[in-house]
Amino acid sequence: MWENIKSFASTFFVTGDPLIYGADVSIVLTMFAIVFVLTKYQKWGWLWREWLTTVDHKKIGIMYLIASLLMLFRGGVDALLMRLQLAFPNIEFLHSDHYNAIFTTHGTIMILFMAMPMMFALFNIVVPLQLGARDVAYPFLNALSFWLFMAGAMLFNISFVIGGSPDTGWLAYPPLSGIEFSPGPGQNFYIWGIQISGIGSLATGINFLVTILKMRAPGMKLMKMPLFSWSVLSSCVMIIFAFPILTVTLALLFIDRFLGAHFFTMAGGGNPMMYLNLIWMWGHPEVYIVVVPAFGIFSEIVATFSKKVIFGYKSMVIALMTIAVASFFTWAHHFFTMGTDASVIAFFAISTMVIAIPTGVKVFNWLFTMFRGRISFQQPMLWTIAFIPCFLVGGATGVMLAVAPADYQYHNSYFLIAHFHQVLIGGVVFGYLAGIYYWWPKMFGFKLDERLGKWGFWLWNIGFYVCFMPQYALGFMGMTRRYYTYGWDMGWAPLNLVSTVGAFLMGAGFIFQVWQIAYSIKHGERDKTGDPWNGRTLEWSIPSPAPMYNFAIEPRVKEADDWWRIKQEKANGTYQEEKIELEPIHMPKNSGIPIIMSGFWFIAGFGFTFEWVWMAVIGLIGVAACMWARSFDYDTDYYIPVDEIKRTEASLGRGV
Amino acid sequence: MAQAMTHHEHGHAHDHDHGHEHHEQLKVLGFWIFVVTDCVLFGTLFATYAVLMHNYAGGPTAKELFELPGIIASTFILLTSSFTSGLAVLAMHKRNVKQMIGWLIVTALLGLAFVVLEVNEFAHLVGEGATISTSAFLSAFYVLVGTHGLHVTLGLFWMVALMIQLKRRGITPVTKRKVTNLSLYWHFLDVVWIFLFTVVYLMGVM
Amino acid sequence: MRARKLPNKVFFWILGIVASILLSGCGNEYLVLNPKGPVAETQYNLIIISAILCGIVIIPVLVITAFIVYRYRDTADNKAPYKPEWAHNTLMEVVWWGIPVIIIALLGYFTVRDVYALKESPNKEVKPITIQVTALDWKWMFTYPEQGVATVNHLEIPVGVPIHFKVSADAPMNSFWVPQLAGQVYAMAGMTTDLWIQADEPGAYHGKGANFSGEGFSHMQFTVNAKPQAEFEEWVQQTKQSADAMTKEDYEKLREPGLTEEITYSSFPKGLFEEIVAKYSHGHPMEGMDHSGHESTDAVQSEHSSHHQMPSTSPSN
Repeated sequence: MWENIKSFASTFFVTGDPLIYGADVSIVLTMFAIVFVLTKYQKWGWLWREWLTTVDHKKIGIMYLIASLLMLFRGGVDALLMRLQLAFPNIEFLHSDHYNAIFTTHGTIMILFMAMPMMFALFNIVVPLQLGARDVAYPFLNALSFWLFMAGAMLFNISFVIGGSPDTGWLAYPPLSGIEFSPGPGQNFYIWGIQISGIGSLATGINFLVTILKMRAPGMKLMKMPLFSWSVLSSCVMIIFAFPILTVTLALLFIDRFLGAHFFTMAGGGNPMMYLNLIWMWGHPEVYIVVVPAFGIFSEIVATFSKKVIFGYKSMVIALMTIAVASFFTWAHHFFTMGTDASVIAFFAISTMVIAIPTGVKVFNWLFTMFRGRISFQQPMLWTIAFIPCFLVGGATGVMLAVAPADYQYHNSYFLIAHFHQVLIGGVVFGYLAGIYYWWPKMFGFKLDERLGKWGFWLWNIGFYVCFMPQYALGFMGMTRRYYTYGWDMGWAPLNLVSTVGAFLMGAGFIFQVWQIAYSIKHGERDKTGDPWNGRTLEWSIPSPAPMYNFAIEPRVKEADDWWRIKQEKANGTYQEEKIELEPIHMPKNSGIPIIMSGFWFIAGFGFTFEWVWMAVIGLIGVAACMWARSFDYDTDYYIPVDEIKRTEASLGRGV
Repeated sequence: MAQAMTHHEHGHAHDHDHGHEHHEQLKVLGFWIFVVTDCVLFGTLFATYAVLMHNYAGGPTAKELFELPGIIASTFILLTSSFTSGLAVLAMHKRNVKQMIGWLIVTALLGLAFVVLEVNEFAHLVGEGATISTSAFLSAFYVLVGTHGLHVTLGLFWMVALMIQLKRRGITPVTKRKVTNLSLYWHFLDVVWIFLFTVVYLMGVM
Repeated sequence: MRARKLPNKVFFWILGIVASILLSGCGNEYLVLNPKGPVAETQYNLIIISAILCGIVIIPVLVITAFIVYRYRDTADNKAPYKPEWAHNTLMEVVWWGIPVIIIALLGYFTVRDVYALKESPNKEVKPITIQVTALDWKWMFTYPEQGVATVNHLEIPVGVPIHFKVSADAPMNSFWVPQLAGQVYAMAGMTTDLWIQADEPGAYHGKGANFSGEGFSHMQFTVNAKPQAEFEEWVQQTKQSADAMTKEDYEKLREPGLTEEITYSSFPKGLFEEIVAKYSHGHPMEGMDHSGHESTDAVQSEHSSHHQMPSTSPSN
């Protein structure tokens, strides 16, 4: 009996590495600390009522934000471990299997559990406020999306200490990721972690699409909608068409592994190349899904900090929607080297280059928004300005990669690695950071400290170029991605060392940002006006942080930059306020079902991961029971009476 | 809730009443978009089936396995259930709860018959040694057809839940919206089946 | 203070790029930029053309960016014009929709031209030889159907002769890459892909697997020894006389996951490569892929079929 338990434990828990034991200890200690603090200050009820069961888009956004920053930390530590291993030739800091697991989790976490939730954080915090809406179209579904994401992220991350991490790359190409070459639960963790959070992402896509189409304030025609909301629309359209493909692809991979089917196996008539096609039919739109909202953020920030209306609004909208459509016709450029027919390669090479056109147009429009403006260099704008050259170079190397015959030389080399990090860090991360700095006062009512922020900014930027410029050169030297070590003979050593230094500079930048947040909670400049940047759109017309119902009176919109218009009119005395009576506000009720249901999803996913059918069945029954309970729950909403609105507004310094 | 309901009955055009009705419409729109995503899901499965449909790997072929008469019977059953679900919606518009529940019961029974026939077919195939791990063709077949069957099964549970709610609450804007969505879902599954019948079974035996 | 810092930063990374380009010109370790054969040279030229075309766009834009950011900074004494409502100019927008279109059209032309060109032998005057490549866990096996010899983890080729590689795998997917001679192509179980290579100078070239294939992936490297025709033939003769023959059992051993040294075999089981391909191509061949799955089913005819194909274009139907 004891022997059985021992042998089970030794396969169940990951053992044998001091790093992992360190992680075990820190996880247990953190959990104890959290439980202790919550119990000591009697905060369990508060946590449950105010956060875990909330359906308020602003709070859900903040939870997304916290989760994504934690994931950024984990993914970043993975990156630093990899760079340490590659700093010198022939070192055995990490073994091959550890290194393989780490690059897999780094990629998966950064895209799916860092970029996606950070994007959803901004969707949630900004979109309803920008549209003049009280909430998203489906607040309950919104909470469910968040908790599904959390369940998936937890399931994926737990593989670090239980069962073993996936180690076949962030897109898990079969046959390597099939049962024959990757037995064990690692790959299942990958499949179910992404699958569960992916359902949440799909639901968010539907939710925000409907929100944007149907919940805009009266008078806000589509062509008067702020560009960030437009970019969210574009992103949601891509989510709706791309994520079901991911769901199917991962399901088929799991069926192969679990039931011995032959979709992607080498034997039995399976076709591994079909997996490559399917996963990139999702995967390529996916990178546009995360980068397009960053374009929206830059559009807002450039206009605000140049104190000038955005240049070429129509072009911007056309470009956003063109990218959404074109992103679905480029997937095969991820495997030009598959030896396909020349005509197929030519088609995908051209279609890939074509995407550069709308993207380039957007850059010109941002530049000419600044042109004849008055640029102030506060933190959001700093990141935006840093983005432009970074993204230009990243975009240019992207076009070079699209030149298919040249791609035969770049493919899977560090040139490719440098390219996509440049567009993903320079585009997505810089963009989201800019957005977080920009909307932070709206979320929390204070600004983030400038001095510490600048340290973070410069360390990130210098670190970025020091880290990734050498990698372009390494690509030309023939260094292939996913090598866990290399010899002295190739001449790769010096540039790798430089690159590692750069990675640590970025890590230092992140530490400064954490410090900045901690410092600003106490000392940050408080925002009493609700409009700390002299903003242009509706979210700046209400107090910071916004009251739970957002707008006491539904705004009546006349122009794209409506808040700017109102401020102008007030300044020159032409503003006419419409007298609108306050009315009770219809609000959704909090619900515990999303978190409970996601808990059951976690149980089901865990059961499938270890192929414990009984556990998976329990989980799925729990999920079904939650859905059933929700269907029978008719008590889902309430009204905030006028008195309460008046009191809230008065306490925020706004007489109504 | 009760308060909100009475507002509806009086048909005020104020924002907050309007808000409620508006929300029900929103949910119908959202469901349409969900159906779009489900289309993409089935489209992907059809694509995998098209790629793998001739990879028999030495196993039985479609021609050897499929028996059209049973499938045609299933098809008629499902088509009829789509029709009866339409009748249920008509009854709803006439505000006749009893008739409505009646037609929903008929629909559910037909759906159940369809699922039973499908399970039967699968069991028969497995009995002949044609399992999901026999060949890529069979993997694709089971997953494509099985996904549709799973959709129908989930629809049955949903239908039962709605019948209970209709019984308890009658025809309200909320139950109305739910039945509208359900019938949309049901018709959608019908359309998917027609494609499935053509691509998998008809083209399989030809 | 801030305005001074920004141009500094722009300057910093322009310097970085310039430095890396300059460096690339001189070092021999920049394999991709030191092509030693016509295929790699075509690719090198494309790299240069695309870099120049991209440079034509982005360098001026970078300069404009620096200029705008500096000139329109928000200081009290800035005399530059300020037009907060200026938001549209059809002519300008047409220009910057137009410029990228032109650049992309140019680049597209070069791309398509070379995509087709690289599907064919780089040197039609010389009779090519065929070498079959099999990716294993974690080693490369090369079989020479015309010479009858086989090698593992090293490749011997004659200089000045186009070589038609037929690439497959008996393991998870990999990618066959010799940076100084040609860009890579995937090695996939159940199908063959084609790659043309020609070395113009004798030498030892670095070759490798470029697609992650599991634990031993980092060690899947091999050397390509290009030597004059006469020396190559001498090597073949010597190998036939002195090396051991590869048996079926030897191959099964090679197939097992693990690392091996360089090995040379005087012969290999007839039709081995075709068998490896046929093993996984059940039913019908993959669409859109190379179609040589057809011919590989009858192993005995393989030598004939590869002769058939030699002068023609790659079997793209």
